[in-house]
This record gives sequence, C-alpha cells and structure tokens, in this order.
Amino acid sequence: MMKIVEGSHAVAEAVKLCRPQVISAYPITPQTHIVEALASMVADCELDAEYICVESEFSALSGCVGASAAGSRTYSATTSQGLALMFEVCFNAAGMRLPIVMTIANRAMGAPLNIWNDQQDSISLRDAGWMQFYAEDNQEATDLHFITYKVAEDHNVLLPAMVCFDGFILTHTYEPVDMPSQEGIDAFLPPFKPYNTLDAKKPMSLGMYATPDYYMEFRYEIDEAMKRAKQAFANAGKEFAEQFGRDYSGLIEGYRLEDADTALVAMGSICGTVKDAIDEMRAEGKRVGLLKIRSYRPFPADEVAAALKGASTVAVLDKNISLGAKGAVALEVKDALYGSGITVLDYIVALGGRDIRKKDIAKIVDLAEKGTGDMFYGLRTEVL
Amino acid sequence: MALNVGCAAAPGRARDNKTGSWRVFKPVFKHETCTKCGLCETVCPEGCVKEDKDGFFTPDLDYCKGCGLCAKECPADDIEMVQEEK
Repeated sequence: MMKIVEGSHAVAEAVKLCRPQVISAYPITPQTHIVEALASMVADCELDAEYICVESEFSALSGCVGASAAGSRTYSATTSQGLALMFEVCFNAAGMRLPIVMTIANRAMGAPLNIWNDQQDSISLRDAGWMQFYAEDNQEATDLHFITYKVAEDHNVLLPAMVCFDGFILTHTYEPVDMPSQEGIDAFLPPFKPYNTLDAKKPMSLGMYATPDYYMEFRYEIDEAMKRAKQAFANAGKEFAEQFGRDYSGLIEGYRLEDADTALVAMGSICGTVKDAIDEMRAEGKRVGLLKIRSYRPFPADEVAAALKGASTVAVLDKNISLGAKGAVALEVKDALYGSGITVLDYIVALGGRDIRKKDIAKIVDLAEKGTGDMFYGLRTEVL
Repeated sequence: MALNVGCAAAPGRARDNKTGSWRVFKPVFKHETCTKCGLCETVCPEGCVKEDKDGFFTPDLDYCKGCGLCAKECPADDIEMVQEEK
C-alpha cells in the first residue's frame, strides 16, 4: 500500500513486517524515531517481540548477540557514536556468524560533535565482517530490510548486516513508500532457521577461542561467506523483484552510464541529486553517468570494473575520509580499476551535513574533466 | 578442534585445543641426573608434567607452553630448554 511516511517510520514498519523476535536498541539522533516507533508497536501489541531497554549501545548489540545465538530473529538500529560503542561486539557478532540486522541512520563522527549526515560511521566498521547495503531513498531503505534479512540468514552466508540510510536526509524526510503487505513479506521471508542454537539441553559455546593454528582459517571462512553473499543478494533481490516489482538484484546500479565519458560513483541519498544533475548535463550534451554502489560489503569489484570500463574518467564522491589516505569508496574503486588506464579521482564531499547540490555535482564533473581531484570539495577556505 | 561455523563447540573443549602450539622453547627431560624429586611437577603452572610408571617425570608437549620454570628449578639440572622449529 502506498503511503506518505517519514523515513524512520517506513523502516520501523518494514522491520515489523520482518517479524523480529527480539529488538535490543538504544536511542540516538537521528536513529531515534525508528526504535521509538518499534517500542510503541511492541507496547501496543501490534508486534509480538521482546523489546530490551538497555543502558548503552554496547549492551544493545550484546543483547542481539545473545538473542540471535539463542535462535531469535533480532534487530537493532544505531548511528555514529552509538555504532562506535558497538565496535567490539560487531566483530564478535560476525565471528559467531549471527545474522543480526541493524539499521544505520548515517551520521558524522565526533569530535567535533555533529549530528548531521555523512557516512563515516558505518564506513569505519567496514572491516568488521558485516555486510553493508546503502539506500538511495526511503523506498529502497524499506525494501532493503526484507532482502537483507533473507541474505543474512541464508545458511550459505550467515553474516550480520547493516542497512545504511542517510541521517535526516532520509530518516526525517516524508516520501511516498509502497509498503508490502504482511502476507507478502511472510511469503518472501520465512521464519528464521538458526544454524547453531544455544540450548541448555544441548550445551554449546559460540565464538570459542582459536589459537594461531586455527584463527586465520576462521577469518578466511568469513571472507568466503562475504563472497557467497554477492550471489545470495542477487538471488534475493531477483525474488523480491518477481514478487513486488522493484528490482534490487544489482550490487551496483548504473544510471545513463552506457556511453558516459565521465562516470560519477556514489552511495546513498546523494545518488538522487547526482541523477538530476546528470539529466541536466546530458541535456547540454555532456556524456556523464552514475554508478551507484548499493553493496559496499561485500564490495563488487568485478562488477564495478565491468560497469566503468567504457569511461575515461571516474569521479568518486566520498561522504567519508580515511584520514591520512583517501575516501574509502575511491580507494576500492581504484583497486577495482587497477591497470585499466582509467583516471580515478576522489572528492570528499558533504561531511557533517554540508549541503551538496546539483551545481556542485556539475562543478565536480568539470574538475574531473580537467584532471583535478583527490581533494576535499567545497572547503570554506576563508575560515581555514 | 573442528572448524565449525561461528567457532561453535561443546563445553569442555579446551582440552581439544593443543595449546602447546604457541611454545618457542620446549623442555627436554634428559633423565640422566634426575633424582625423581618431582619439583618439576610441582612448579609446572600448566599442570602438564606427570610421573611415569618408573617414577620419572615427563611433560605433555600438547599443552606445555615452554615457560622454562621446570628447567630453572630442577635441582639436578637435568632439564634443558631447546628451541623448536615448526
């Protein structure tokens, strides 16, 4: 059913349709509306789930680890400093192969304290063994939750996953969202079948210690599961498309990319602005296109290389900075295109909620065509 | 130890982990000047030195961490620490 709904409430509704059995979360701006809505649903008996009120994000995710290990479909949501507080638990959840799904309302990292959007928080957890999918709009943020549970719980994958959508820009924006029915989601997403279950009658420990003789093999197994997740995501996306008519089977998505000389690469809500900017530049005869990265982990390097092979210049828009190096997306795009001869330029943009508009995208394309890049775009030099 | 998904294991499996793998030096019990005093068994922090049927003592190298306490304390100087190649 189509409705006009705030992004956070659309996500809460989507999570409800997934029938999580345990929700363990701590409120933090701009994620609060999601867990607030879910808490109301549980309190009003609209959602049959255990809602654990915790005292910190560390406990929030720890609660999910215990509940998931005990065989429950679990959910949490957080952002920024809250995600940072979960750092240790994130690695443990992946190592124990627990398919927890967590929404990230992307926000900048302090200090300085900043509640606005960029993607530094989830990007900083890129090596934790969690899958990371980025939504462009609230319809995609909604639908990715259904797909993500299916991929995470696939016994060929068994990895936790973050569904990332931009704080405020999406979380607090009202958009039309076509919400699937409960019957539809029940048909798409069967009840959770745990691989291992903590059961007092059949005692078992998870995440046991591994000596140097075994540790590397466990890490290898997680990496292999990540690789298998690519196919699982494509399959789940295809199945979703057949049932609901919206296709997310691509880990990447091209927009007017086929004959583009200059290709932009981006993740999240900025893709909407980029698409509009591209339409305007195309009308002026410029051959520009967009490659949207939907899955950052696993990173679809081969698919990225194939999609960008016709471009002469690639401009990557990074809403993050790996301080002392470059933007995290650009580093991976450069890796994917290594040896291709294609110029890859990085633009650090829109950190901490700095606005980025269509005219900025056009300026970046101009800079890229001149070969100027690997820079912070839009710096206020007058305050430096 | 089996490579189970999620590093899952039944309780009490620490025994299955051959924790001696991180040893660098192993103790060689020469049994030449040994007086069977048993001090090596007493001081072993791992509890892996055991008396055999002849009254001599030997370490279980599956669990010995190579700390060298037995060699240091042996009154008969009958235990030698030897570097292991793996």
